[in-house]
Amino acid sequence: MIDEAVVQRVLTAALRTGGDFAEVFAEDRRSSSARLDDGKIEELTSGRDRGAGIRVVRGDTTGFAHTSDMSEEGLRAAADAAGAAARGGGGGVREVALTRREHDQPHEVRVMPEDVAKSRKAELLLKADDAARAAGGAIRQVGASYADSRRRILVANSDGLLTSDDQVRTRLMVSCVASGDTGMQTGYEAPGRTVGFELFDDFDPADTAREAARRALEMLKARPAPSGTLPVVLKRGAGGVLFHEACGHGLEADLVGRDASVFRDKVGTQVASPLVNLVDDGTYAREWGTYAIDDEGHPAQRNTLVENGELTDYMWDHLRARKAGRSSSGNGRRQSYHHLPMVRMTNTYVLAGEEDPEEIIRQTPHGIYCVQLGGGQVNTATGDFVFGITEAYMIENGEITHPIRAANLIGNGPEVLRAIDAVGNDFDTWTGTCGKDGQGVPVSSGQPTLRVAAMTVGGTAA
Amino acid sequence: MTELLELAERVLDRARPGEQVEVFVGRSHHTEVKVFDGDIESLSSADTQGVGVRVIAGGRQGFAYAASLDDDIVTETLAEARDNATFGTIDEFLGLASPDGVEPVDLDLYREELLSFPTDRKVEMTLELERAVRAADPRIRGVESAEYADSVSESAIASTAGIRTTNRRSGCSIVASALAGEGTETQTGSGYSVARTPEDLDLAKAVKDAAEKSTRLLGARKPSSRRLTVVLDPPVAASFLGLLASGLSASSVIKGRSLFGGREGEAVAVPFLTLVDDPTEPQAWGAGRYDAEGLASRRNVLIEDGVLRGFLHNSYTGRRCGVASNASAVRGGYRSTPGCGSRALTLTPGTASQEQLLADIGDGLLVQSVTGLHSGANPISGDFSVGAEGLMVRGGTTAEPIREATIASTLQRMLLDLVAIGGDQEWLPGGACGMSVVIGEVQLSGS
Repeated sequence: MIDEAVVQRVLTAALRTGGDFAEVFAEDRRSSSARLDDGKIEELTSGRDRGAGIRVVRGDTTGFAHTSDMSEEGLRAAADAAGAAARGGGGGVREVALTRREHDQPHEVRVMPEDVAKSRKAELLLKADDAARAAGGAIRQVGASYADSRRRILVANSDGLLTSDDQVRTRLMVSCVASGDTGMQTGYEAPGRTVGFELFDDFDPADTAREAARRALEMLKARPAPSGTLPVVLKRGAGGVLFHEACGHGLEADLVGRDASVFRDKVGTQVASPLVNLVDDGTYAREWGTYAIDDEGHPAQRNTLVENGELTDYMWDHLRARKAGRSSSGNGRRQSYHHLPMVRMTNTYVLAGEEDPEEIIRQTPHGIYCVQLGGGQVNTATGDFVFGITEAYMIENGEITHPIRAANLIGNGPEVLRAIDAVGNDFDTWTGTCGKDGQGVPVSSGQPTLRVAAMTVGGTAA
Repeated sequence: MTELLELAERVLDRARPGEQVEVFVGRSHHTEVKVFDGDIESLSSADTQGVGVRVIAGGRQGFAYAASLDDDIVTETLAEARDNATFGTIDEFLGLASPDGVEPVDLDLYREELLSFPTDRKVEMTLELERAVRAADPRIRGVESAEYADSVSESAIASTAGIRTTNRRSGCSIVASALAGEGTETQTGSGYSVARTPEDLDLAKAVKDAAEKSTRLLGARKPSSRRLTVVLDPPVAASFLGLLASGLSASSVIKGRSLFGGREGEAVAVPFLTLVDDPTEPQAWGAGRYDAEGLASRRNVLIEDGVLRGFLHNSYTGRRCGVASNASAVRGGYRSTPGCGSRALTLTPGTASQEQLLADIGDGLLVQSVTGLHSGANPISGDFSVGAEGLMVRGGTTAEPIREATIASTLQRMLLDLVAIGGDQEWLPGGACGMSVVIGEVQLSGS
């Protein structure tokens, strides 16, 4: 992407104002997408984003500038701007010697999306539209979109690191509107993986569409969700977002460092039920949050965060790790070259336990069963978090009964983690986009079927 | 700006016979300062630019964008958009906006002085913001974040349908989030100020809000579940208007995704509710001389005295519905094609202050902030359930703080259960104006 000698000269220039660390992050991203709505392929879109972000760190201050001008002149201008922002008076000439580092890919990408004819991408959407509409006359509208991206990155820094990665992601999203006596309801399904067009060998677009349609139709029968505190059983894969919000964000070292986490000073203590084992694993083959290296050039790792309920570690990026005198955990990510990296999750999973998932439901006299969640939000400083249910049912006398309408559930991270009283022996994952400080990055979350003894369900039924 | 328009016109020169081409070119400059613990944590500066090209040929549409204005990349972008158009479905209503003779309102949205405002003073202001929040109240133990950001952006649209427009704007903001409490208790609250130029930022207001909102939640407990009347703080009411906006987009109506579909002329809200989208209002953050297809912005009445009057149209939805565009095309910069939606929503304000509204309701809940709007509010079904923090209201005045609770209703019911609209109109960043709003019969869920 950029000649090695140029990178070396740019880093040297960046350090001229006295910085003690400098980094060049270059990115060339090509994306293609197609959107179907109202029975029509509305448009295909091609996108190209290419540029570099340069940061210079001096003490606790980071200077940052980015540019889409990849010439040596353009890069030097950005280096000067970043250096000026972090200037310290001192300075001088510090030569940087780069050593190229290669990394094993977590898995192979078999069919590059750029090699697939655009007509095939459009056909997927028509197929999804047909399948969703065939699911029932009450399906009144179908929206489907296809998106792929190829993101090539290069990272070089004044510690001598020079490395690169090539990240391919593909996703299909189908949303349906069903209409009945109770008004309109929606259903959504959106599988995505860090793979190419072979995604559709595992996820048939018609199956994805039928699942979205089934969900919308099912919700037509939904009654108002209850209001108050109840046991909550989360189906495998559905509830990973609970852990992402309830503790994941609170274990990011940048938030811990600024006293904005309820998990500060809690390493080595019991923070969850002994049934909980939580990992953040950027190496998990094919998953949505997987990569060979993070956006600071550090290899992805499998990091244990909670072991038998005890907090073992936080997640770290380069800066926070450097300050703490340890190594990064491979969690330094950024949305694009326009952004500074920060601590981010990858694939955050609760490991399977021993119980039979069906038995967990049978042993719940009165509660709710969540099959799909729709994202959430947390205030890491207080630990209070919410997540939305998009497909859920009442459990009465140990049996799943009628569906309930969409609502948010609210809880406090540390309290909910301690209230987990059953963990199943199954497992599945969920694909999403995590937002933090205005930057979105692809992540997955996952968990076995499990039960929280009590959470507040924010419905309208008394 | 003329430079951007010329670049867009050069692309049009390459349009082929029978092709409709629209070129959107954008460029912006940003600065961002973050401070922590009395030091600059980061200082970023950046220029971004890009082009988005829409091609309609043979009744099909294609689009491509690139984050670069280099000649070879722009040429490749036009070629990609043209190629993409061959895969779309034929739709007789596809087409570009044509100039409709409406003259743009002159709006003062750009201040040259932002560009010359020294970076050192931006840094000083941010450090002062952090210091002042920390000093505002002895119960504040830290500042989670204190930031300054500004941007100057300009854009141009040119099309084979005869559109030639340019736009530019400047904006800056400060925002701080305070951490209050000792020992195991923590509460957070944030304050901000936005303006077109740094001299107009209201640092004192940002500090006061962050301090007050964090400290007044100290001692918050989970309330018991009940049905009650809520008073939404202005920013919360603005988020709520944002949810309604998606149902007022003609695109949602056409595609059967609006809870307002087919209800034109019907009473959808209490008779004292009038909702307009007015991007010609200079105080609105979303104000602009033109919409995203280059038509002059105008004031659109959506709900008048409780009766649904109309929807927000761009040229496509207008053509499909047999009406003209009302200049409500919106787009997320050069990266996307224009959709339709609101930019400056506001309710016609009442006259009462928030104190007066609290006194009038007697008992209820003042909602200071909500969470999970994206996960718990469905603008299609109307189901509404969000996390809420705030203060209980007793005997007409604020009482104990609450946390870890939700409020729920449906959007349809909330419009009919509206009790009062305050006179404390406040233009906020984002697409809507805030003011205190009182809504009855809302379900509070707690223990």
